[in-house]
Amino acid sequence: MNTKNKNLYRFLVGLADDSVILSHRLSEWCSNGPYLEEDIALSNVALDYIGRARMFYQYAVEIEGKGRTEDDIAYFRNEREYTNLLVHELPINDFAFTMVRQYFLDVFYCLYLEKLTASSDSTVAAIASKAIKESRYHLKRSEPWIEQLSQGTEESKRRVQLALDELVNFVGELFVMDDWEKELLSSAIAVDRTELQSEWDHQVQTFLSTSGMSFDDSQVQIRGGRNGIHTEHLGHLLSEMQFLQRSNPGLNW
Amino acid sequence: MRQNINPLFSETIPTLSPEFAQRRAFRLASSCGEIWDVLDRVFDPELPGLTIWDLGILQDVKEVDGQVQVVVTPTYSGCPAVDTIKQDIKKELSVVGYNKVDVRISLAPAWTTEMMSPDGKQHLKSIHIAPPNREDNVSCPVCESNQTTLLSQFGSTACKSLHQCESCSEVFDYFKHF
Repeated sequence: MNTKNKNLYRFLVGLADDSVILSHRLSEWCSNGPYLEEDIALSNVALDYIGRARMFYQYAVEIEGKGRTEDDIAYFRNEREYTNLLVHELPINDFAFTMVRQYFLDVFYCLYLEKLTASSDSTVAAIASKAIKESRYHLKRSEPWIEQLSQGTEESKRRVQLALDELVNFVGELFVMDDWEKELLSSAIAVDRTELQSEWDHQVQTFLSTSGMSFDDSQVQIRGGRNGIHTEHLGHLLSEMQFLQRSNPGLNW
Repeated sequence: MRQNINPLFSETIPTLSPEFAQRRAFRLASSCGEIWDVLDRVFDPELPGLTIWDLGILQDVKEVDGQVQVVVTPTYSGCPAVDTIKQDIKKELSVVGYNKVDVRISLAPAWTTEMMSPDGKQHLKSIHIAPPNREDNVSCPVCESNQTTLLSQFGSTACKSLHQCESCSEVFDYFKHF
């Protein structure tokens, strides 16, 4: 691979990892949701993210050109080789935590993917055009949930606040540009994440304040996902996600 | 190609969407009309009786050097039905003697419910799924009442949401405008 393709590969795998890891987390709610409809909804959102991950992985292996498949990348890499941003891998915790994270990411992806639809790489642009419609719909679901939980009982408010306090240390990584992403930005393939932060802050803070909640976003930011430095939680997730393929390589449905 | 001959039709759905009109014109201008017709026997596995043409995901059919090339665009990116649809296309074409078939999944142009045919929308209604509309006005597919409540933003599949009719109490899926 030439340098441009190496950067593109790394960029695509990063986006795919974000999606597949979040998808796995959401799928943990399957049969555990607070009620049946919510269970189905969370599983469907998980499915959208699996689809997104597959599109990015499929394009990544095409760029790589070694004849590997999307499954090779998803199932046969170790924790240190995974490059998802940390916010996606945090455990689902309680329903409030899952929905606050989803809301944060929905707002982020609506902003990010909108820019990415204008990517100079036509495949990246096509994937973004497909995915943004799904994220806009996800936001229509996560936003009312935050409103409802924030204006609900003392207990639901307390749980939303706990989630906000926990997540505040992890959202900053969404707006950091890595070296290869900067390279791709110069050829208009990637998006400048740093430009999205003020709009994200504005949207989230405005919405939270109308719901009587707030968070302080000036705290320490925990980083490392794109370089394979993860929280302790990712290894456990991967062991569950990968064990079937690891014990029976090449297994098909 | 199937023609709509239901006289009630023009009253319920008066105009064609530009996206569907474009698809129809494209199909009519195609030199392999017979293959398109064969593919009218391929159905979405999760929407009984709805063909892939009527759903709007069948985008292009070509015959090049004895090989048939079919282009399909997925509805939702994680749609688990895509693999089954690929197999069904190959199966139907092999029945009429086309054995070299390549089914390609294309992401662009991204599928929208505007690509769905009027027949397709009518069919959805007949199996009690409210068809998509631009304003997301959901009326009951059983009693036509406009007084309906959203129960969940996701129904039995990613492309549908779950609603209840306040008049006849029917719980039904709405095929989301997308």
